[in-house]
Amino acid sequence: MEDLFELAGKKYRSRLIIGTGKYKDFAETRRAIDASGAEIVTVAVRRVNITHPGKDNLLDYLDLNRVTILPNTAGCHTAGEAIRTARLAREAGIGNLVKLEVIGDDRTLFPDVPATLEAASILVKEGFTVLPYINDDPVAAKKLEEIGCAAVMPLAAPIGSGLGIRNPYNLRIILEQAKVPVIVDAGVGTASDAAIAMELGCDAVLMNTAIAGARNPIEMAHAMRLAVEAGRRAYLAGRIPRKLYATASSPLEGLIG
Amino acid sequence: MEVVLNGERRRIRDGISVAQLLAELGLNQRRLAVEINREVLPREAFPERRLAPGDVVEIVHFIGGG
Repeated sequence: MEDLFELAGKKYRSRLIIGTGKYKDFAETRRAIDASGAEIVTVAVRRVNITHPGKDNLLDYLDLNRVTILPNTAGCHTAGEAIRTARLAREAGIGNLVKLEVIGDDRTLFPDVPATLEAASILVKEGFTVLPYINDDPVAAKKLEEIGCAAVMPLAAPIGSGLGIRNPYNLRIILEQAKVPVIVDAGVGTASDAAIAMELGCDAVLMNTAIAGARNPIEMAHAMRLAVEAGRRAYLAGRIPRKLYATASSPLEGLIG
Repeated sequence: MEVVLNGERRRIRDGISVAQLLAELGLNQRRLAVEINREVLPREAFPERRLAPGDVVEIVHFIGGG
């Protein structure tokens, strides 16, 4: 069964998007991407170390024919900083995509919603394909969609917390109203969390720490690949309703007397 | 002349172009982006754009992130 994930006019086989932060080295990053099957990977934009530029560069380890690079604005606290970061990322020559993140609080890393809306509106006008990180807030999701964002990316729990899908009901409301892809971004801790997100009907899941922070990141990358596939298939297959009492699986006729 | 390069004051040759500066820093082969005084500089402008005293220059690239 062909079931492709379409994002901003491009089709992907994988519904798992992974971050490239926190790995031991670039070789491990690459192996995790391969094991995850991810076709979209996020990167951060940071100053080059002028005094010790180093020989290795993350992009040298990524197969740019196979993976789409999604630069983020992580660490930005104002609309202005996020806009500057997005513009720099685009000028580095890997496309128009940007994962828009404007942080409103350093302890929870929850987004600053008004600043995110402001930055999204400017970046959409400048021709960016904007994928905003937001709370599991249906109102913010709606507004970002109206502004012209290519997807909405509600958190499942705080970034790096591994708490899993804390509010499936809000995600369901966002899913019910959204006409753009809904990507769960942040909070996944283990494979079952990713499966739950997909079973709810999310279009994709984005994660970093759950894989990079696992005792064996490569095994976890593989587990996440399977979980996202399993969850997606279960969603498409249509689960049975939850019932309070049993329904026998074996026929009651023909029982011995 | 002195400029601010990635947050640090630094002496560089008078009238040096951005392309020359990147070459001297060993960065000319990299996929990176440059901002001067908060304006992104298009790649095509690297050879012609000369730096002026006091310019605030940011040179960024991609690193691992989520």
